[in-house]
Amino acid sequence: MASVIERIKRGHFWTFHGGIHPPQQKFLTSDKPIRAISIPEQLILPLQQHIGIPAQLQVKVGDKVLKGQALTYGAHPMAVPIHAPTSGIITAIKNAVIAHPSGLSELCLFITPDGEDKWRPRSICTDFNQLTNNQLIDKISSSGISGMGGAGFPTQVKVSTREDIQYLIINAAECEPYITADDLLIREHSPSILDGINILDKILSPDHVLIGIEDNKPQAIKALQQATADNAKINVCVLPTKYPTGGEKQLIQILTGQEVPAGVLPSSLGIVMQNIATCFAIADAVINDTPLIKRVVTVSGQALEKPQNVWSLLGTPVGYLLAQCGYLNKDKKHIIMGGPMMGYSLPTDQVPVVKTTNCILAPTEKEISSPYSTGSKEVECIRCGQCSDVCPSQLLPQELQWSAKAKDQQQLAKLNLFDCIECGACAYVCPSQIPLVHYYRIAKSEIRQQKQLDIKAEHAKVRFEARKERLARDKIAREEKHKAAAEARKARMNSGSTAGNNEKSAVAAALARVKAKKAGQAEPDKTSVSEAPENGQKSQVAAAIARAKAKKLAAKKSKSTETSVVADNVTGNTESSIDDKKAKIAVAVAKAKAKKRDDKLTTPTESNPVADKDIETTLNADIKSVTATDNKKAKIAAAVAKAKSKKLHKKSEKPEKSKAGSSIAKQEDNEAMSSEVEPVKSADDKKAKIAAAVAKAKAKKLASQKEKVTTPVDNSSTDNKVINTETEIKTPEEVKKAKIAAAVAKAKAKKIASQQEKSEST
Amino acid sequence: MAFWIASSPHNHMQSETSAIMRLVIYATIPGILAQWYFFGWGNIIHISLAIITALIAEFTVLSLREKKITNQLFDGSAILTAVLIGISLPAIAPWWISVLGTAFAIVIVKQLYGGLGHNPFNPAMAAYVMLLISFPLEMTSWQPPLELMALPLNFIDTLSVVISGFTVDGYSVEQLRMHIDGFTMATPLDTVKTNLTMGLTINESMENAVIGNNFGIGWEWINAGFLLGGLFLLAKKAINWATPLSFLTSLFVCSFVAFLLSQDSNASTMFHWFNGACMLGAFFILTDPVSGATSIKGRLIFGALAGFLVFIIRKYGGYPDAVAFSVLLCNMAAPLIDQYTRPRTYGHNITRNAPKNSGDK
Repeated sequence: MASVIERIKRGHFWTFHGGIHPPQQKFLTSDKPIRAISIPEQLILPLQQHIGIPAQLQVKVGDKVLKGQALTYGAHPMAVPIHAPTSGIITAIKNAVIAHPSGLSELCLFITPDGEDKWRPRSICTDFNQLTNNQLIDKISSSGISGMGGAGFPTQVKVSTREDIQYLIINAAECEPYITADDLLIREHSPSILDGINILDKILSPDHVLIGIEDNKPQAIKALQQATADNAKINVCVLPTKYPTGGEKQLIQILTGQEVPAGVLPSSLGIVMQNIATCFAIADAVINDTPLIKRVVTVSGQALEKPQNVWSLLGTPVGYLLAQCGYLNKDKKHIIMGGPMMGYSLPTDQVPVVKTTNCILAPTEKEISSPYSTGSKEVECIRCGQCSDVCPSQLLPQELQWSAKAKDQQQLAKLNLFDCIECGACAYVCPSQIPLVHYYRIAKSEIRQQKQLDIKAEHAKVRFEARKERLARDKIAREEKHKAAAEARKARMNSGSTAGNNEKSAVAAALARVKAKKAGQAEPDKTSVSEAPENGQKSQVAAAIARAKAKKLAAKKSKSTETSVVADNVTGNTESSIDDKKAKIAVAVAKAKAKKRDDKLTTPTESNPVADKDIETTLNADIKSVTATDNKKAKIAAAVAKAKSKKLHKKSEKPEKSKAGSSIAKQEDNEAMSSEVEPVKSADDKKAKIAAAVAKAKAKKLASQKEKVTTPVDNSSTDNKVINTETEIKTPEEVKKAKIAAAVAKAKAKKIASQQEKSEST
Repeated sequence: MAFWIASSPHNHMQSETSAIMRLVIYATIPGILAQWYFFGWGNIIHISLAIITALIAEFTVLSLREKKITNQLFDGSAILTAVLIGISLPAIAPWWISVLGTAFAIVIVKQLYGGLGHNPFNPAMAAYVMLLISFPLEMTSWQPPLELMALPLNFIDTLSVVISGFTVDGYSVEQLRMHIDGFTMATPLDTVKTNLTMGLTINESMENAVIGNNFGIGWEWINAGFLLGGLFLLAKKAINWATPLSFLTSLFVCSFVAFLLSQDSNASTMFHWFNGACMLGAFFILTDPVSGATSIKGRLIFGALAGFLVFIIRKYGGYPDAVAFSVLLCNMAAPLIDQYTRPRTYGHNITRNAPKNSGDK
């Protein structure tokens, strides 16, 4: 790099591609000193005046603050604190329009000055060379210093870089027209500026310090040369006036000939750049313990009576500054914050001055014409290429404009849209008056928005995939559980234990019931289609209930009493076909009583005939009460229930083999089922009556046959007898009917029994 | 109290597209004057016809497209196209040639492709080629220089020929083209080409009356006029230097090499430079920004390709003058040239190990 410094000493600089020479217009303010103005009536301080994140509020509404008091505190390196520019009371903390091209609002502190301008306690540092680098950086960060050239990068981050710094470049170029803030500051305060440069020199210890300044500021150059005469390390580099020499990348290229690679900070090249006003602020902060509360602002433009540079407190509304300088335009106001090339129009004059405000421009119509007065003069691009001739970033603004108008984001990325520094040189020269920078800004924000949406979509995708996986895992786990439960159940049922057998029989009984019901329901013509499924559902529900109950009972009882289970099943079934509520209730009561009886039976106590009798009488009474109702079904069901319980009672006195019992139980089950079904449904049907008679005969035959075979058949006959005897209690008419019904029922039972055996065998 | 919001930059150079177009039209005046001096009023009549047709055609199409008439009608681009067509046509061509050509140029070649800034082909040259291929007889009836003509041709006569095909005295176009010795006169380029096919050498061709003392009576001065106009445009920075320079250099190199190889069958470099539409093409046609390349490198390639094509078509092609065809071919190639000659953006693909020397003070 020796050649670089040699060239610098010779004044032989490089240059950057493109650049323009707009009319400078600096004569308006360059011959007047910086004016101190009075404190405004209200100060509006945005919490964030820099690149990064806002610091945390330390005050609240109603607090009294002193001049220079920290209003926010930032622990994060990218959070820069703000300080009270004067003493006063905080009147509000709310959203207000801030100094930004968008014109949007952000959180601001409103301070009403009390006029006393009272400082907080300050301590002067007599020799900053005694302080360590960390102490110096601490002072800089707690004084709220960020870049004052226009971007506002937190200074503490820039100066705490770990890289080896070869060049510390001080940017005094001020290339934009109208602005003379840095010029005047150098002329009036060069010793302080030099202090600031020395502080930076101490912190960063660069090999060389270069001050880049344009040749349109002869007095400032002289002042700097005088101030740095005895410091060989600092070189004042006088550069030809061209816009935008003051851009960071362009100034680096001019002074050192190096190009900053895209997406990389200059510190990685060993270069740190600071604006010259920031150096002044650093000196103030370190030596005078004065935080950043004021800055030089050029208030210029031919619509002002007294355009001048002013010391403006941060937070001063722009309107106040304009009034101080004699703003003439009464109705239509065109106020620009910044210079004519990169400044942005303000929507209101209550926008406050912030750390990065270097100029307020109030031009007349003739000076800077607004598109609203002349109408948009934009025409089609004629591809003349003048824009790419002047672009300092060596882009192709023409192609960018085509792609931005077509919203072709891929092509914009290929053309390096984000390398545009928005200097405005291309739009300045465009003969077709196309607002190129405007199109690029819109395109950039669209691309940023699209990136946000893409990130969100990625997140959503990841979460969706995870959810899918979770559901699949849950499903598999559920299936595993079911499988394990089923196997356990099977194992239990096949294990041969009584509990298992109970389960099995219960399941089989339930299945048999369902089948019988289906078969039973299939023969008599469907009364109504809607009823059948209802009944089917009800029977299913009843079957499920019955199953559950069976399980419960099986778990409860120590002895195996499949009969009681059956009884429950029976009564459960009878319930399913009864529509009348009353009848249902009566049946339920009967059922309960039967159960009670059964329970009694299951207990190891001796059967108490007296107790039994009591139950029976009560049952009879119940049945009578039931028979009082009109519902035939109910009557029969109740009778059946009573009969069954009696039967079972008798049965319990004769212990039998479980299997036979189960078969008997099935038979009984079937009989009971069919007996209550048949009499109900076939009672009024002639055909059914005939069929019933036929069936009765057949049943008798079969019954006699069966009696010969096994003893269980005896039971069936006794059962029949029981049933018959029971029916005889009733009126002759009813008896007849019951007989027919019973016979039919027997036949049915036989059929079903045989079916059941078949199914069992398979 | 209204606040005006505008986007930066707020300053503007105040140059306009129409200003550039006007400048280019002014730069054609020397060439047109030379044409008038040597060939009479024919071209001026055609230019006038073309301008009228162009304005009417543009007005019609812009109304149909519902665009702002006031801005776009007089932005100078249509008038410039008309002027270029009027310059390119033979002086005694019928009136409907220029009307048809201009209408085609404005409506089809320019507006149909999207209007100003969107046309891929140069409208004037596309119209010329269309006319040349569709009406070869009319488009090759070149009027000889006034000093060689046997018959008088004043303004009224020219007007009469353009409108009716016959002079006031009743002479036809063919008769006007007759030399006093009885042969039909053609342009210098045409003469040399025809003579070469007949077996004459260049030196022998140069004895033709049409050639005169230097490269062609009238034509050399017309080209000189357009060269002057082009230099004026360069000085005013209305056009870029890359395309004319590379076009002329490429044509020079090609013709020089050919001349060295065979003096007898290849015309000299200056003959090529100062004949036909060479200078017009170099400074006024090829520099049309809409249909040309954009980057400097691209423009150099564009111009070089055009020069090469002009030479090839002049020597081996079927037509005596090749500027129109080579311009159209290069217009076709411009997008591809653009794609491969994009300049390197600041900060990308930096060549390491050397501080970038983009220029010295």
